[in-house]
Amino acid sequence: MELAELIIAGDRRAIARGISLVESQAPAARELVAALYPHAGRAHIVGITGAPGVGKSTLVNALALDYRRRGARVGIVAVDPSSPFSGGAILGDRIRMRDLAGDPGVFVRSMASRGNLGGLARATVDAVTVLDAAGFETILVETVGAGQAEVEIAQAAHTVAVVQVPGMGDDIQAIKAGLLEIADVLVVNKGDQDGADQAVAVLEAMLSLAPPRVGPSGDAWTPPVLKAIATQGAGIAPLAQAIAEHAAYLERSGQGQQNDQARAARELHQAVREALWERFLAQAGSELAAAVQRVRDRQIDPYTAAEQLLRDAEP
Amino acid sequence: MLPLVATQALEVIPAMTNRIRVLIAKPGLDGHDRGAKVIARALRDAGMEVIYTGLRQTPEMIAEAALQEDADLVGLSILSGAHMTLVPRVLQQMRQQGLAEIPLVVGGIIPPDDAVALKALGVAEVFGPGTPTTEVIAFVQRAAGARP
Repeated sequence: MELAELIIAGDRRAIARGISLVESQAPAARELVAALYPHAGRAHIVGITGAPGVGKSTLVNALALDYRRRGARVGIVAVDPSSPFSGGAILGDRIRMRDLAGDPGVFVRSMASRGNLGGLARATVDAVTVLDAAGFETILVETVGAGQAEVEIAQAAHTVAVVQVPGMGDDIQAIKAGLLEIADVLVVNKGDQDGADQAVAVLEAMLSLAPPRVGPSGDAWTPPVLKAIATQGAGIAPLAQAIAEHAAYLERSGQGQQNDQARAARELHQAVREALWERFLAQAGSELAAAVQRVRDRQIDPYTAAEQLLRDAEP
Repeated sequence: MLPLVATQALEVIPAMTNRIRVLIAKPGLDGHDRGAKVIARALRDAGMEVIYTGLRQTPEMIAEAALQEDADLVGLSILSGAHMTLVPRVLQQMRQQGLAEIPLVVGGIIPPDDAVALKALGVAEVFGPGTPTTEVIAFVQRAAGARP
């Protein structure tokens, strides 16, 4: 049987090999995605993001347990950063996910960001496609510890939960321009610590100032702010409930369809950009290297050099 | 290596693909994970992706993680003296999961006779205290690189 068929049949070894293949970005990876693509698109994809140390992995662990109690199969992709120097990575998210061991309804995969800066790896979306095609109904995507600009998850997931902790004080102000804007659900984790209620109040106040998010049907979505203690499983059922409500809202309001359209456009545009770049490199790689030298020596500016290279590379 | 890997998004993709993936696990009950962390860090600095599972892993958990993570090599750190019990069970679980071809290495306090016995059982290499990390890195690169 081919790899794609084995994945669709739910073979766990094949799923693991398939994810490695899409990570390698080899030509065969595209064939695999092509074979799986028609079988994917059924899963609800939930992004979990937030600063390092807020408890994302622990929350994913608790959330996955909750989904398992309801019978849904859960795929998990957890992204950690690659070293910008060696390219290596320590992937430690499994440490907090030990409760999920031994459950055939769960598949956990760690991924290194491999130089991508948006909070995910370049192949994360394709890894999600592999899990989706394999029949996992809910897929949890944990981003690298995110600051302000790691908002790629908003494009990759249907529902994004942004995790915060009490005591970030004025830091909350700093974060709110980037991450909080993409939140469909907000979670104040470590809710037993001092200042948890205050953190909830600050977030709610911030949300009350934001313009309402209205879907095509006129339905509005206001991100709920939930308190949780992930290590104890407290507040997890309401979080799962809020995620389900957001999924229902996407369906009801037409917002989901609109998001899917935008996502499809972005994925296609990116694929076109990459294909063009590869073709250009194959055609004009040596001219490119020479042009880099000329730009470095200020014999030419980058814009003019680019125009020249593209003109020469045209068939 | 290049200090600019992360800022050259498109150009570095070839360099960032096909990384060696190593699973580092501590089976059994001892809580001494400094050695495991030192090795994990050294392999990371050698450009590998190291999946670190943490303490008190059962043989079943280790084999399952190796499968899901599609590890190229599995490293166990054992300082409890229980290696002759734990390692054969990890090997057995890995065979059950169809991972017999993935090299398993063991680090920790392993008497020489036991090291010979473990290798006879199918362990690829045993590293004792004081092994230079460069030696471990070279072995892992060779063993993981040989995988089909």
